[in-house]
Amino acid sequence: MEALVASAVGVMTAAGIFLILRRRTFPVILGLSLLTYAVNVFLFATGRLALNAPAVLNKYEDVPYTDPLPQALVLTAIVISFGMTAVIVMIALSAYLSSKDDHIDMSASDSVDAPGEDA
Amino acid sequence: MSLFLIAALPFLGAVFPALLIRAGRNAAASAAGLTTFLALMGLLIHIPSVMRGDVVTARFDWIPGLGLNANFMLDGLGFLFALLILGIGLLIILYARFYLSREDPMGQFYTYLLLFQGAMVGIVLSDNILLLLIFWELTSLSSFLLIGYWKHLPEGRQGARMALAVTGSGGLAMIAGMLILGNIVGSYDLSDILQNKELIQASPYYLPALILILLGCFTKSAQFPFHFWLPHAMAAPTPVSAYLHSATMVKAGLFLMARMWPVLAGTDAWFYIVATTGLVTMLLGAVIALFKDDLKALLAFSTVSHLGLVTMLLGFGTKIAAVAAIFHIINHATFKAALFMTAGIIDHETGTRDIKRLGGLRHLMPITFTIGTIAALSMAGLPPLNGFLSKEMMLEETVHTTWLHSHYLVPGLALLAALFSAAYSFRFVGHVFLGPAREDYPAHPHDPPVGLWLAPAFLVVLVVVIGLYSAAIVGPLVAVVSSAVIGGEKLPYYSLKLWHGFTPALYMSAVATLGGLFLLSLHKRGERLWNALPRPEAKVIFEAIIGALTRISRWFTDELHNGVISRYAIIFVAFTVGLGYYAYSTGTIGVETRIPLPAQPIPIVGWICLVGATLAIMWFHRNRLLSLVLIGVVGLIISMAFNYLSAPDLALTQISVEVVTMILLLLSLNFLPTETPWDSSAARRWRDAAISVVAGIGSGALIYALMMRDFAFPTISEFHLANSYKGGGGTNVVNVILVDFRGFDTFGEIIVLGIAALIIFALTESVLGTNVRGYLLNRKPHWPQSGDSHPLMMVVATRVMMPIALMVGAYIFFRGHNQPGGGFIAGLIVAIAYLMQYMASGYTWAIERQRFYYHGTIGWGVLIAAATGLGAWFNDRPFLTSDFGYIHWPPLEEFEWATAILFDTGVFLAVLGAVMLALDSLSRFAWQPGMAQEFPMDINPLRDDPPEEEQEKEQV
Repeated sequence: MEALVASAVGVMTAAGIFLILRRRTFPVILGLSLLTYAVNVFLFATGRLALNAPAVLNKYEDVPYTDPLPQALVLTAIVISFGMTAVIVMIALSAYLSSKDDHIDMSASDSVDAPGEDA
Repeated sequence: MSLFLIAALPFLGAVFPALLIRAGRNAAASAAGLTTFLALMGLLIHIPSVMRGDVVTARFDWIPGLGLNANFMLDGLGFLFALLILGIGLLIILYARFYLSREDPMGQFYTYLLLFQGAMVGIVLSDNILLLLIFWELTSLSSFLLIGYWKHLPEGRQGARMALAVTGSGGLAMIAGMLILGNIVGSYDLSDILQNKELIQASPYYLPALILILLGCFTKSAQFPFHFWLPHAMAAPTPVSAYLHSATMVKAGLFLMARMWPVLAGTDAWFYIVATTGLVTMLLGAVIALFKDDLKALLAFSTVSHLGLVTMLLGFGTKIAAVAAIFHIINHATFKAALFMTAGIIDHETGTRDIKRLGGLRHLMPITFTIGTIAALSMAGLPPLNGFLSKEMMLEETVHTTWLHSHYLVPGLALLAALFSAAYSFRFVGHVFLGPAREDYPAHPHDPPVGLWLAPAFLVVLVVVIGLYSAAIVGPLVAVVSSAVIGGEKLPYYSLKLWHGFTPALYMSAVATLGGLFLLSLHKRGERLWNALPRPEAKVIFEAIIGALTRISRWFTDELHNGVISRYAIIFVAFTVGLGYYAYSTGTIGVETRIPLPAQPIPIVGWICLVGATLAIMWFHRNRLLSLVLIGVVGLIISMAFNYLSAPDLALTQISVEVVTMILLLLSLNFLPTETPWDSSAARRWRDAAISVVAGIGSGALIYALMMRDFAFPTISEFHLANSYKGGGGTNVVNVILVDFRGFDTFGEIIVLGIAALIIFALTESVLGTNVRGYLLNRKPHWPQSGDSHPLMMVVATRVMMPIALMVGAYIFFRGHNQPGGGFIAGLIVAIAYLMQYMASGYTWAIERQRFYYHGTIGWGVLIAAATGLGAWFNDRPFLTSDFGYIHWPPLEEFEWATAILFDTGVFLAVLGAVMLALDSLSRFAWQPGMAQEFPMDINPLRDDPPEEEQEKEQV
């Protein structure tokens, strides 16, 4: 089981990074989503894996519990990552609509050389 | 009045002039004046205890662990400076009311002035050096605003920038010095530091700390070689110059040297650095001042010179010299403020400050003449004025000082400086007021209204009275302040009086006065010589250095930050991989201690789906729609995996986030190109692939290694498991951690989420405000659209499901504390319920039925969460402590409640609002006229049988 989770994290990380290194906004967004999955599963797995041991207290019998702390951290991370994705999507969309160009890199002609001196 | 209030009053009062300026300039000035007056009264109340030698304190432990306490103390030294700051501040406020013209934004002026005043008062009252540093930086910032007050003048802006650069960088050095000092003593409280002279002076870090602190003092007090900023700061309005450069800002450095005198002074290093710097500054300032034609420049360099004088006295390190330094600080503040104001009056009434264009004003402006002359003669050091007394004391001290075995060097140079000082003071009188009246003044000079001359007149009265009755008027004050400076030890013998007999100092004074007169008579020749001499122009050098720094940093930034984002990403990934490799190759990993869980068939199937989908995304990512479908598969498998691996809360969250993310991405894809073109070379793709594969292997191996080993340290999870029910009143530990144990994190997170949603909203607003809007309105879809934009089945189904979905949301919410669920998940589920309406019936239909704004929902969410947290305070518990109990409402079963559920309500609302605001903003892009249908369940008639006109058109 551990090997499955670890290899899945590895594959998702690799795919995520590969897509982040593309030069258009949409693949980068996809890559970020994949990397988010990978990171969330990674953090979750730091609590070690356990089957049938949710961290919901059982009043009646003594049962094992999995580590709740990484779960709590990952839960908020999932929600926050939605917010992050939404912001990035909106930036990408606004940039594309404003310039009709979805390259993420600034070309040489984009850079503004502002002297900005008011001597 | 509490010291807190005295320090806070100017800051509080700073609001009023800015607001009251709408009620007129008098209202603004009165507000500023009243605030200062109140603070001054508050200070004066403490006179009896200060005069007894007591130290008034006010303590507030803010972060005791870091030694950062908001402690204030008021001893003699602090009292004197606070008196100068507030007293002269009051006079300046009066003067500025009449000085500034109608065009100047006076509300701003008084606001800046009060901010500055507050910062200065803060410095002199601080008992904690960290607090002092904060106020110190505040003076740099607020003086920047004041010096650059006339924003339209380039000199004003340049002068302000120079002052900020010099004093600000000195302040940075001082921060380092103060931290070292605090480290040596082990406390950041001044009262502790001042007790530890031996410890500090014996420390090997004494010299670095001393130099760094002195850098701060010297830059602030315009000591050589940092003196150049002060004359350029004269571009400020005269009230600012009078305030900053007579009594306050430049005296802050002197104050700090005096404050630190008991522990830092007395060593050779102190003597040679401080006394020498002071001596050089005093001489240099006096010489330059003589050849300045601008009245304010003359006064500026004279200020530099007098600051050098006081610095030198403090540098001598003897008690009696410290007394003289204190006395001169008082005297200088009185006559220099009066002189600056006089210069301002002359400028105001004659239209020029150029000495070459002035002269003969004594009959035209008799009041100004009297005020200016008395103050200038005091500056020259003539009896019976107060300047004479402290100059005598200074000269007396120099006679007893040996500099590198030379008995004559210090007194000789000091005499020379005094001589030049007398010369420029006489020039101020002689070339401005005396001589024949001229015909060519730019304006018609006459005495100003009483509002302008009242403040300097008051100061000049002080000049005379202190001179005549020094022992009676300021004697007790000098005694108290001096004993505060020298650390409470016994005061040396001194007497403040005009006549000490025929002492060397008296002869030196006489020589200086006569020599000054003689020098002035040679002024024309001297000026020719001076102008012929090559002199380094500080401003040119400064601008060159700043320019070079700007170029270097711009080059560096451009090279490093060239806008190619994928390059940053690749550097980041490669560096992280490298770090990981370094850690792997140098660290130890230990043996595997856990037995792996068996891999059952279903997880293996899931794994195949996940890895297959991920690889397919990489392969097919150019087809954007397909890759979205595939990423949805990945998300679903992950939710199932969470569920399988004992994380039901995560599974619920993941699956609902998955839904909203997919909707978001699909909506955005509506506007983006549907295909990603090929634009990297094959080599580049292989390079990227290699880097990503290495990173993937690294992260996979790391988590595998982690999962196969037990925790290296005991975890804190046991605590949460053990206390979840007892302390938090809930059995779902994950939820209890979120809303209780780590509620503060959650509170921060909902705020972040809300901010993200607001950013999205703001972006939408700004983009839709540009010509993008026109493009969107006329946009044609990528492909033919279904004529059935709101399918009947879906509309009906979602309407029916809405209450059920809301019910599920409520259920998930309420069970959250004890079973998987909670505010986060409930928020997402309810958001999905709303989104279904948007999708089925259309944006326009949904928006017409919306009764509340999503911004408000976010805001209420955060507020409710905060209010729940604050509620704990009313029960004397720390922020966000939760409480719980049991309620029995027949016929219901007894049930449990916890305040955490209120907090969770806040979370719920914030999540709901944020998700909805984000998607709602995105939907606004799609809005086009004509989309609003009267009936949401429409069949587009255009699809099957277009109206007749259209048919005709087509036929044509």
